[in-house]
Amino acid sequence: MKSYIVFIKGLWRENPVFRQILGMCPTLAVTGYLANGIAMGLAVVFVLVASSTVISVFRKLIPKQVRMPTFIVIIATFVVLVDYFLRANYPFLSKKLGPYVPLIVVNCIIMGRQEAFSSKNPVWLSFLDALGMGIGFTLALIILSTVREILGFGTLLGHPVLGQWFTPWVIMALPPGAFLSLGVILGVINTFQKKSTR
Amino acid sequence: MDFLLIFLAALTTQNIVFAYFLGICPYLGVSRKLDTALGMGMAVTFVMTITALFSWPIFYLVLIPKNLPYLELPVFILVIASLVQFLEMYFRKAIPHLYSALGIYLPLITTNCAILGVALFMVLKKYDFIHSLFYTFSTGLGFSLALLIMAGIREDLDLAPVPKNLKGAPLALIIAGLLSLAFMGFFGLIKGG
Repeated sequence: MKSYIVFIKGLWRENPVFRQILGMCPTLAVTGYLANGIAMGLAVVFVLVASSTVISVFRKLIPKQVRMPTFIVIIATFVVLVDYFLRANYPFLSKKLGPYVPLIVVNCIIMGRQEAFSSKNPVWLSFLDALGMGIGFTLALIILSTVREILGFGTLLGHPVLGQWFTPWVIMALPPGAFLSLGVILGVINTFQKKSTR
Repeated sequence: MDFLLIFLAALTTQNIVFAYFLGICPYLGVSRKLDTALGMGMAVTFVMTITALFSWPIFYLVLIPKNLPYLELPVFILVIASLVQFLEMYFRKAIPHLYSALGIYLPLITTNCAILGVALFMVLKKYDFIHSLFYTFSTGLGFSLALLIMAGIREDLDLAPVPKNLKGAPLALIIAGLLSLAFMGFFGLIKGG
């Protein structure tokens, strides 16, 4: 039962993007297209799960004073793996995501989970926690990039979904659209949250 | 001419906050008071320039000749983290009043993605050493500008009656969107960049 809660909390109740407002850079930067959002989400899931598991395994061996540098080096190793994997197998996607793949290293979600969870909890729970948080992050990216791609291009995953009558809102594909849509989505979520707790 | 273009682009159309979304965390967190925003902006500008000063030679004189470009990321992170630590110690001993102005912001900067981002962009854009220094310095100024504008708006916003559901992060993001839109008005001014 406990492991179920550990897994499920990252999906919504403690969703890293919508509820904790963490990891804003990739959330805003890569969500112009749904495909980019999914790719970034999966990359973060991999890095988060791998580094949480490894750090949890070694949690008793890592001295308290140097834990931050140790975590960063472990995280950076997995990020380099993902970056080179994307460059070799999906060069087009890698070009589009650009420097935001290496920037996963400084994504506060990943560091935050190591500090708050996997440096104190057993391997299995850390794995579930990382998986839940990673999927929650991916969900947030999918929601945001679906909205932006439909409004900004009239397409979804590259396929036109709105007919000829629709004039794309170019602004949604540009940086301002990222800020505006995330702001509005957060506002909408707040509204619903208030209603359900009342 | 080159330098002017880099400078203008870093301040406006390629502003690291409004166009590349880097450094959003301090942008949402610190930008509540004008003077703290100024302190943070100065500290970031300073560390960015110093980062370029060290990471450019390391990348081009050590990693590239030794054929180790995949170490770029860990090396840059270590450079930034140790620089920040070192600067903090140095300031505390040597320039106490600068330390009291910047000190509390320095540790925060290690986790500021704008610093690592600017180092990565410097490599991506293939600038030479002087251009890199100038680019990172201008980017720091662009970051400070964004932070200052936001802080100014938020100081007034505290007194404004805003919808309860939008209070805090949602409203800050929407304002950032509008500012970003305004900054895009400069697009005709700078070509390429």
